[in-house]
Amino acid sequence: MGTRLRFTFWVKSAQALALALAVCFSLGATDASSRYNNLNHRLMCTCGCAEILGECNHVGCTSSAGELAELRAGIAGGKSDKEILASFVDKYGAVVLAAPTTHGFDLVAWIAPFAVFGAALMGTILLIRHWSLGKTQFTPEPPSPEMDALHDKIRRETGSDGGF
Amino acid sequence: MATFGSFALLIALALAAYNLLAGAIALRLLATGQPAPISPERLADTARRAGIAGFVAITAAAFALVWLVFTNDFSITYIMEHSNRALPGPYKFAALWSGQEGSLLLWAWLLGTYGFVLRLTHKYDVRLYAYAGTILAAVQVFFLAVVNFAAPPFALMKGAIPDDGNGLNPLLQYPEMVIHPPLLYLGYVGFTVPFAFALGALMMRYPGEKWIKITRLWTMVTWLFLTMGIFLGMHWAYAVLGWGGYWGWDPVENASFMPWLTGTAFLHSVMMQEKKGMMKSWNVWLIFATFLLTLLGTLLTRAGLVSSVHAFAQSSIGTWFVVFMGVVLAVCLFTYILQRSHLKVDNHLESLVSRESSFLFNNLVLLVACFVILWGTLFPVLSEFVVGNKVTVGAPFYNRVAVPIGLFLLFLTGVGPLLPWRATSLRSIRRNFVVPTIAVWATVIVCLAVGVRPWHDGAFDSGNFYALVAFAVSAGVMAAILSEFLRGAGVISRQTGRNLFAATWLLTRRNTRRYGGYIIHIGVVIVVIGLAGAAFNRSEEKELGLHDKLAIGPYTLECIGFTQDSNLNYNSEYAMLDVYKDGKKQFQMTPEKRVYLASQQPQTMVAIHSVLSWDLYVVYEGANPDTGQPIIKAIINPLVSWLWAGVAIIVFGTFVALVPSLTPATAALRVPATRPAPSEPAFKGGL
Repeated sequence: MGTRLRFTFWVKSAQALALALAVCFSLGATDASSRYNNLNHRLMCTCGCAEILGECNHVGCTSSAGELAELRAGIAGGKSDKEILASFVDKYGAVVLAAPTTHGFDLVAWIAPFAVFGAALMGTILLIRHWSLGKTQFTPEPPSPEMDALHDKIRRETGSDGGF
Repeated sequence: MATFGSFALLIALALAAYNLLAGAIALRLLATGQPAPISPERLADTARRAGIAGFVAITAAAFALVWLVFTNDFSITYIMEHSNRALPGPYKFAALWSGQEGSLLLWAWLLGTYGFVLRLTHKYDVRLYAYAGTILAAVQVFFLAVVNFAAPPFALMKGAIPDDGNGLNPLLQYPEMVIHPPLLYLGYVGFTVPFAFALGALMMRYPGEKWIKITRLWTMVTWLFLTMGIFLGMHWAYAVLGWGGYWGWDPVENASFMPWLTGTAFLHSVMMQEKKGMMKSWNVWLIFATFLLTLLGTLLTRAGLVSSVHAFAQSSIGTWFVVFMGVVLAVCLFTYILQRSHLKVDNHLESLVSRESSFLFNNLVLLVACFVILWGTLFPVLSEFVVGNKVTVGAPFYNRVAVPIGLFLLFLTGVGPLLPWRATSLRSIRRNFVVPTIAVWATVIVCLAVGVRPWHDGAFDSGNFYALVAFAVSAGVMAAILSEFLRGAGVISRQTGRNLFAATWLLTRRNTRRYGGYIIHIGVVIVVIGLAGAAFNRSEEKELGLHDKLAIGPYTLECIGFTQDSNLNYNSEYAMLDVYKDGKKQFQMTPEKRVYLASQQPQTMVAIHSVLSWDLYVVYEGANPDTGQPIIKAIINPLVSWLWAGVAIIVFGTFVALVPSLTPATAALRVPATRPAPSEPAFKGGL
């Protein structure tokens, strides 16, 4: 009973902490005011330098200044983020987006890593459980003064209870 | 000299082919016991000597190419395309690896060098080394075939011989470029050696785990080279590309990172095989995968499969590499299927929460990270193939997918050493995790208090959030590692009466592998803190006339002039900026823009002022074409110097781990293979 109570206490504490963090993290979260910076990091420079638009500053770039101007004009014209990105895709193709979209075949790019991670994690956990359940049950020897003395000696010398 | 070089390459190919054939026949005869007109041992020794002679031949070819560069022999296409008369000496040397043909020759030479060392030390275990040497010869045959027939470095110019060459790519004319590619190649090529040992040990059903111990040393050295190569590349990108960052998730950067991840996984999981007889198949496949990924990296760099800022040398040798990778995979699969019974494990994991399982999860996360990077790198090719639509997979993708995985890995780095072997009790978890947990939450509170908050301008900021998590987890991991040091040093201090510093030194020397590993982890934590600093970068860009000012962070930059300079290699113009802090002049910075005469290509030379807290990074972007005014971009990059400090610690830790311990553990390494290794003491006290 005592163990269960302690367990419940820790669970409740963790929940309270998570809630406090969520509140803390959401404090001050209002509408984005840095759309320009956000959007220029979601687009690529199209000059062939393979750099993010907002970070492209190589000498003699013929594309980034024009693209940034288009972006500013889009924001000033009251377009939504989605409309601005769509206009860039229409003009330059899908390669102008710095990351795959979240629809169509592009969605596979986002799903696959997490699916593989999840499957590998689950597979590993199940495998370890299978091994641990299937192992021969180990029956510890009854305590003896010699073994107790040995355990004490080991603990004294290693300063731990079994690490390494 | 060109004829000499070509001839040397042909001889090297012939010698490598002999090494492969004679070695394979000798090993087959030894394995089957068939009678033969020549003793298999003698045949194997001729194969080994052919390998050594092959190294001499490749060295001669590499020397010939360097000689031709230094003597400005522009009758050779490679020299004409990658050098010019005014190129400074060190960069002429770098021309050896600045193009495809030269870099493949470098690969072959480094492989020959590794093979040379391996064949000289063959008495350590003659038979295993004969297998490894023969497998190395097979890889060498491939690379020498490529440099002889597909990408010959000594090909002659067609038509009139020009008076001067095209010069070296300006991006490569930077001091680190003289050492970054060779180090990276030492890492790439070096993984061939553990691969050869693993495949050889599997082929011959090598008894015991001694091959793992031999391989581990080679792998650590190789891993060290690759680590240094990657970080030097990051520093080069930071100082030369001028965009203010050091890692852009470029396909070629990714290609170097993938074998690093699998190599790191291998270095961790071999401990499980050595200590517990577990993960044997896993380890073999890890090293196979690492070698295949080094080939993939070369394919990506050299074949133009994906677009990259590293596309210094592209050609059609991709087919050669794809075929070779297919052959390697087939050989690995065939050998594994044939000999898999030899890889039967001695033990299984017994608990989900134990040191063993932490190693397994660590490996899992490293491999998932590798998969994510491979997936992101090749997804544009896949997308084009499946739906005919090429997409970009850039930093935003990796930041969302790879960064959380990396943080989870960092978390495991801290948790693993705190867990005992076999199984964990709740009591030990509570005791071992108290200090790290306090460190984590104290860091969160301090970070929130000083303004590191996961929102920015009223919106959730994932960069800041990840930075906060990185700082907190780093603090926890650091606390865990330091408490491990302190616990061990405290015991020694009590037993010997030494002070804590001397006790820590003795503790480390008693188990260099374990504590060297911890030092490496400290370096990784420092690197992560440096990476997290990127979330707080600030930049300002302004046209600066004479005495105009630009303020950024605590600094004010005042333009005091623009000037020009020239030499035989390039013309340059640079800005002279006085930097003030708190109203007092601190130092001067001179960001530069160069135009190289031979290639007529422009290049930025960034000015960087580093302190522990941040870098002031200033780029001279050239003149505004409309106003004629020079444009200066200044960036504050927080904590960048931590990155380089972290790498130095990683390098130091690796050296420590390579030094034999004072404990009897290393004695097992010197036991000949024919005799069984003595069983290790039950409480040896370390990894």
